[in-house]
Amino acid sequence: MRRTNWLAALLIAPLLLLILGSFLVPVGLTLFRAVQDREVAQALPETSAILAAWDGQGLPPEAAFAAVARELGAALEARRIGDVAQRMNFARTGMRSTLLRTARAAERLRAPYAASLVALDARWGQAETWLLLRSAGGPVTSLYLLRAMDFTQTPDGGVVQAPTDERLYRTLFLRTFGISLLVTAICVLLAYPVAYTIARLRAPWSSIALTLVLIPFWSSVLVRTTAWFVLLQREGPVNGALLGMGLLEAPAQVIGTRIAVVLALVHVLLPFAILPMHSVMTRLDATYLRAAASLGANGMQRFLRVWLPLSLPGVLAGGAMVFLLAVGMYTAPALVGGDRDQMVAWFIANFLNRDVNWGMAAALSAYLLAMTGAIVALARILTGGMVGARG
Amino acid sequence: MREHPLARILLRGATALVLLFLLAPMVAVVVLSFSPTELMVLPPGGFSLRWYEDFLTAGRWVLATRNSFVVAIATTLLATLLGTMAAIGLQLGRFRGKAVLVTLLTLPMVTPYIVTAAAMFFAYAIIGLTGSLLGLVLAHTVVAVPFVVVAVLATLQTFDANLLRAAASLGAPPMLALLRVMVPNIWPGIAAGAVFAFATSLDEFVITLFMAGPGQFTLPRQMYASVRESLTPTILAAATLLFLCSLLFLLASEVLRLRAARKLRA
Repeated sequence: MRRTNWLAALLIAPLLLLILGSFLVPVGLTLFRAVQDREVAQALPETSAILAAWDGQGLPPEAAFAAVARELGAALEARRIGDVAQRMNFARTGMRSTLLRTARAAERLRAPYAASLVALDARWGQAETWLLLRSAGGPVTSLYLLRAMDFTQTPDGGVVQAPTDERLYRTLFLRTFGISLLVTAICVLLAYPVAYTIARLRAPWSSIALTLVLIPFWSSVLVRTTAWFVLLQREGPVNGALLGMGLLEAPAQVIGTRIAVVLALVHVLLPFAILPMHSVMTRLDATYLRAAASLGANGMQRFLRVWLPLSLPGVLAGGAMVFLLAVGMYTAPALVGGDRDQMVAWFIANFLNRDVNWGMAAALSAYLLAMTGAIVALARILTGGMVGARG
Repeated sequence: MREHPLARILLRGATALVLLFLLAPMVAVVVLSFSPTELMVLPPGGFSLRWYEDFLTAGRWVLATRNSFVVAIATTLLATLLGTMAAIGLQLGRFRGKAVLVTLLTLPMVTPYIVTAAAMFFAYAIIGLTGSLLGLVLAHTVVAVPFVVVAVLATLQTFDANLLRAAASLGAPPMLALLRVMVPNIWPGIAAGAVFAFATSLDEFVITLFMAGPGQFTLPRQMYASVRESLTPTILAAATLLFLCSLLFLLASEVLRLRAARKLRA
């Protein structure tokens, strides 16, 4: 027995190491990055230390002014000023220019620094600037997690709504949730009759119909989204057909709209709804239906009282799968949607690639992960409840 | 039990329409890829292979095709080997927390690809694996391997453990018994997992978007770049080739499924 367990451990270990090193630890690090705050402490260590000891009343001592001038100048030379400027600018718009201007002027500044810094940039004369610098001293911050929910922290530590022009993310999460819910509803409504019909078809028709569902299931999301991108062009086949039938007066601009996103998502995810429903329905025990019939239930009653409840686990599994895939979807909205149709995944990608704001990318990832975790847990509880109810 | 004739007609009609909705875009892509002109209209008004010629002679498409297949083959080998070993280990072992272990190993399956991509991007940037084919293979293996584990675990449920005891009683060391007795019995499951791993790698786009530099572009990544640049039927030729591959995957997985079912009955 012990020898078998050694062998088992030996067999599992390589994959466990790969998943650990290439997935679990990176995801953990990402979640940590959502709260990590080290740019300022790394580039301005002395300033951070002085500010940490400062009581926060009025303006900090002259030593802080001197340290910030010197360390900003050093950071510019070491090419580390960009990280600090971005971190502070994210906390308060406009800080970037203050920090860069100070860094560039650092060599020319002379004591008393409290006076020469304020003369250079009035921001240094405001207590808020120093409080912001102090709160950015690390090692952790709630800045990103709060901002990803449109909140911001005041210099004295209170949490308030972010400025109106920076509010964005609650709308984004609601939009992601709304689009996913709509797509899930459409998929379930379309999938149910299809799964039902295929489950009740005779061989070989049932296999043929199932294969027709499996073809899109096996083909790539990008290929299918590209197909819609081509079909929905202004001069594309869909517009051509609608114009030809006289249903449209002029070609419609569909690419870049919410309709295109929902259409592409439904097309991509529909097989994920049909297949679990179909698999539950084919295993459904037909004797219950015969029993209901022998007790005098008519067709509608048999469907509503027997078939529908017995097939619900499949509906739930399919619906949960579609929703799970929809909330994290990047490809389809990125390709056929407009700026106002983008979902959380697109913003994560932008923070990674374009803005290089890893804190925000990590914070949005953390919320997305929490959302999908909640869906999986909910689906488990609901299916567990159903199985339990049937004994 | 039979439905009302009218209900049946309605249901079948609705099913036919949904299936048409699912398949029509794919058919349109295939037809349009043979279009003789740049115009993508239906009917295409002719037949030409010029976009396939373009695909086969353009350096970036050839590179993308090569990258795609190199990465997919390497991913399949690695994922199948590691996944099969782990599944067998999970079946053999008698220890607590096995369910937790299975969940951990299959977690990449339910994690949104964008989160996996972001996490790997951070981690691989630290160790300098972004912008390399090796990094791409490791990343694809992580998202492909759960399918292998699940497929092999499912087949192992039908494996008679007495065969291993028989082999042991005949003096076979455990490793030899696994290789000569267990693996030949569960190979349809292993092969099904391998097909899924190959398909996953070939189709993967989001992770590749972050991990691949221009030299590591795969077919989906190059398609996305080209669509963003300008829409030409060459993209549709690439899409048709990928679609053809997925038809082959479907065929392979169905053949394996039938074989497994026959084996179970026998």
